[in-house]
Amino acid sequence: MTDQLTFVRNQMLPPQEPPIREAGVVKWLRENLFSGPLNTILSVVGFAIILWLAANIIPWLLHSVWNANSLGECRQIIAATWGEGATGACWAMVRERWHQYLFGFYPMDMYWRPTSAFFLMFVALAPVLYNNLPRKMIWFTAVYPALAFWLLWGGSVWSPVVAMLGFVVMGGVFTLLKDRLGVPLSAGIGFVAAAFWWLVLQGPLASAIHSVLPIGLTSVDSDQFGGFLLSIVIGVTAISASLPMGLLLALGRQSDMLLVRTLSVGFIEFIRGVPLITLLFTASLLLQYFLPPETNFDIILRVIILVTFFAAAYIAEVIRGGLAALPRGQYEAADALGLDYWQAQRLIVMPQALKISIPGIVSSFIGLFKDTTLVAFVGLMDPLKGITQVVRSDINWKGIYWEPYLFAGAIFFLICFGMSRYSMWLERKLKTDHR
Amino acid sequence: MSESAIDRSKMTISDEVAVQITNMNKWYGQFHVLRDVNMTVMKGERIVICGPSGSGKSTLIRCINRLEEHQAGQIIVDGTELTNDLKNIDKVRSEVGMVFQHFNLFPHLTILENCTLAPIWVRKVPKKEAEETAMHFLHKVKIPEQANKYPGQLSGGQQQRVAIARSLCMKPRIMLFDEPTSALDPEMIKEVLDTMISLAEEGMTMLCVTHEMGFAQAVANRVVFMDQGQIVEQNEPVEFFRNPQSERTKLFLSQILGH
Repeated sequence: MTDQLTFVRNQMLPPQEPPIREAGVVKWLRENLFSGPLNTILSVVGFAIILWLAANIIPWLLHSVWNANSLGECRQIIAATWGEGATGACWAMVRERWHQYLFGFYPMDMYWRPTSAFFLMFVALAPVLYNNLPRKMIWFTAVYPALAFWLLWGGSVWSPVVAMLGFVVMGGVFTLLKDRLGVPLSAGIGFVAAAFWWLVLQGPLASAIHSVLPIGLTSVDSDQFGGFLLSIVIGVTAISASLPMGLLLALGRQSDMLLVRTLSVGFIEFIRGVPLITLLFTASLLLQYFLPPETNFDIILRVIILVTFFAAAYIAEVIRGGLAALPRGQYEAADALGLDYWQAQRLIVMPQALKISIPGIVSSFIGLFKDTTLVAFVGLMDPLKGITQVVRSDINWKGIYWEPYLFAGAIFFLICFGMSRYSMWLERKLKTDHR
Repeated sequence: MSESAIDRSKMTISDEVAVQITNMNKWYGQFHVLRDVNMTVMKGERIVICGPSGSGKSTLIRCINRLEEHQAGQIIVDGTELTNDLKNIDKVRSEVGMVFQHFNLFPHLTILENCTLAPIWVRKVPKKEAEETAMHFLHKVKIPEQANKYPGQLSGGQQQRVAIARSLCMKPRIMLFDEPTSALDPEMIKEVLDTMISLAEEGMTMLCVTHEMGFAQAVANRVVFMDQGQIVEQNEPVEFFRNPQSERTKLFLSQILGH
């Protein structure tokens, strides 16, 4: 037989179904678990470990006790029902103390305040997280910080209102000067004007209005905050503030202006080079030395500021990675069309860079949220260490070990898992490149 | 593409200067990329710039809309001199359209949004009007049906035609093409060249860096040959290809036409 040297296809082949692979459980098992001696050994050992863990944990969970007044009573019930030597979980502690895990020492008759702040938070977050909702909802998002502050800390309603007006002052000054002085300079002047408003006018103005129109809620002190209330207040505020700050730092780090670049790099490297606990100690102790003695700078606010700085430095680096991944052609196309720097950043660069950075940004957020438990080191009542210590110092619950951590851990897991799922959904939704 | 099919009736060259480049020099660090370039482009001219790689031809047209900065000499585009003044740069950029080798469409925006973005934000055109203009130019480049797709869903040739439409939406007076067909499969080169030819037929001032010598012969009124950052030879296309003067040009032409 000789090979044909010339060949002409007269008929094009139609597409066909791929061959159906042999299916079945046995085949799956053989391929995935027992494909060779090493895999077989690993599978068997793995199963053994899983069985051993289950054998220990499942009875412990099955023997759970929900109704008891102390750890000792729990143990008696378990011993009476399941025999001497049986172990079991004592969830009665959670049943008795869950409110402290959620609210700390917040006054019980005012639980409606943090609860409504919590649920309103979802209304405020919705238009930010989902862009198919009516755009007008964003106005509620804008006033939510003041509303939440007032609900949580109470006091005169006019303090947060006047504080929000500071942002109006900033925006007003910015729009007035933008066309004449350019974006960066007018933003700077706007910020100075707002700072003047907050530091000088805020106090007198708020108390003046309050003396005419006294509307307010009972004040709650920061040291009464605790548990997940504290974690969520710190976490959510720091998350929302650190994203814009990280964005500006990432842009600053790439800036052509030497001073802006040096400051950004210095800030990022300093903050990233220092453990968060150091910053928290700075918040609780050092700031008190530098500030005038009569200033009453709230401890939670101080912690929020430093946690925000910490997260912003990490987010800046994550976003810088996203910026680096953009091809130069995107910048050139934006330039060639005549878009100015801020337009190009907002319309072309940031949408793409942020999309690339979503997994990294959300990782930073999750890390930040879990790091809020570190505030225990500056004497705040975080849900993990702070509240658990309070519970254990009660004679009834002395010696309880696993249950508080499991309970707090489960709530942390739910929140963090939620963030993670949202980020995956967002990534899928924004995927338009069809690569 | 046969020359007879091309309508040269509107391809008139006015005596108005579109781009004036005088004694322009540019360095990349120590490397002298553009050396004493002088060039005058009249309104309505179709200029093809060719030359070996690294000869500075892309850099030259990128200087015209200030994607690259020149260090000495003068560039005047449509009466506006390119200096460090950002206002002048933005003015020139909004009047000069540019088409890139790698299209550089915005992947996160639909085709229609790609075309309306600059008119809306730079020219402050109302959204509806910008969309009508965009659809007009998408019709012109023969892909109106793709308006709501994303760039990643289109073929290379289609993407490049969208890039041309995107530039046209800014109603530019001058169009720059930086090797617009070099990244395309052979089957798609023609559709892009056809679009460029129809643009030339409407009297657009065009500067085009390309190795498509057929296009140069059919459309250009002037071919510029560059080597080592200098303009080595320029002539009208028939003479340029039939009777090149310098040795470098002869060598270059023999290499690109020789196979």
